[in-house]
Amino acid sequence: MNQYWIAVIGTSAIAFALKYSGHSVPEKWLAHPKIQRINTLIPIALLSALVAAQTFTEKSKLMIDHRLLGLSVAIIALLLKAPFPVVVISAAASSALLYNLNN
Amino acid sequence: MSKINSATLRDSLSVSLTVGAYGVAFGAAAVANGFTVLQSCLLSLLTFSGASQFAVVGVLGAGGTALSGIATASLLGIRNGLYGVIMAPRLKVKGFKRIVAAQVTIDESTGVALGQEVRSPEAMRQGFWLTGFGVFIFWNLFTLAGALGAQAMGDIRAWGLDAAVPAAFLGLVWPRLKTNSDRALAIGCAVFAVAMTPILPAGLPIIVTAFIAIAIGLRK
Repeated sequence: MNQYWIAVIGTSAIAFALKYSGHSVPEKWLAHPKIQRINTLIPIALLSALVAAQTFTEKSKLMIDHRLLGLSVAIIALLLKAPFPVVVISAAASSALLYNLNN
Repeated sequence: MSKINSATLRDSLSVSLTVGAYGVAFGAAAVANGFTVLQSCLLSLLTFSGASQFAVVGVLGAGGTALSGIATASLLGIRNGLYGVIMAPRLKVKGFKRIVAAQVTIDESTGVALGQEVRSPEAMRQGFWLTGFGVFIFWNLFTLAGALGAQAMGDIRAWGLDAAVPAAFLGLVWPRLKTNSDRALAIGCAVFAVAMTPILPAGLPIIVTAFIAIAIGLRK
C-alpha cells in the first residue's frame, strides 16, 4: 500500500474518531478557555504555514516562481472582499498566465 | 421532524451550495498533488472536512510522508471534535444517528445551527442536519467534478492549479485573522514553515507550527 492510500485511510479514520469523540464526551471537559483559545490558534498556524510552503517551496527547496504572482493576486482579491471562488480562480489564472509566458 | 422553518432552509441551502462548490478546488488540488480521482473522492466522502483534506494533499504533494500528512490533517480536525462537544447536548441523538451526526459535524453545520438558536431549538437542529447533509452532497459532487477536470488538464501548472492550492489555504485562513496577534501568528508560522523546509523532513515544518500555536495558547 503506497503513501497516498495510507494517508487517505489514516486521515479519514482519525477525522471520524475526532468528530465522534466530541459527541461522546461531557461538555464541561473542554470548556476551559485555554482549550477554546488553542482551538482557534491551531488552524491559523497550520493554514498559514501551508500557504507559505505551497507557494515558496518545491520538494524541500525554496523557490520563487509564478505561484508568487498567484498568491499576490489572491491577497488583493481577499482585501477587496472577493468571495472564495473568485480568490482561487484569479490566483490560478494569473499564475497560469505567467507560467505560460515563461514556457 | 416538524415543519421546516423556511428561513433556516434558506440559510442551510445557500451555505451548502457555496461551500460545496469549493469541492471543485479540492478535487483539482488533490489530483494536482498526485492523488487519484478515487482517492480524492474517498477523502471527501470519509474525511469530509475541507481544511484537513487540503492539508493532507498539500503535505503529500510537497513530498511529505503519509504520517506527516495524517498528523497535519488531524491537528486541523480537532476543532470538529470541539464542535461535537457543543452540538451533542443540543441534538441529543444516540446509536446510528449519532454516527451520522458526527460525520457531518463541520464548521458550516455547526455555524448554521448556532445561528438558528435565536429562532428555536427545533430550527437549530434542522439547520444542523440540512447544512450537514447539504454540504456533504454538494462537496462530494463538486470534488468529483474537480478531480475529473484536473485529470483532463495534463500539466497543472499551465492551468494555475499549483497556485490555486495556496490561494485556497489563504481563503480558509483569512476570515480567522481577527486580531493583530492572530496576524502575527500567521506571518510567523508562514516564515517558519518556509525557513525550515530545507532543514527538516517534508511535512514537519508545518506540523511544528501547531505546537507554536499550542504554546502561545497556553501562555496567555
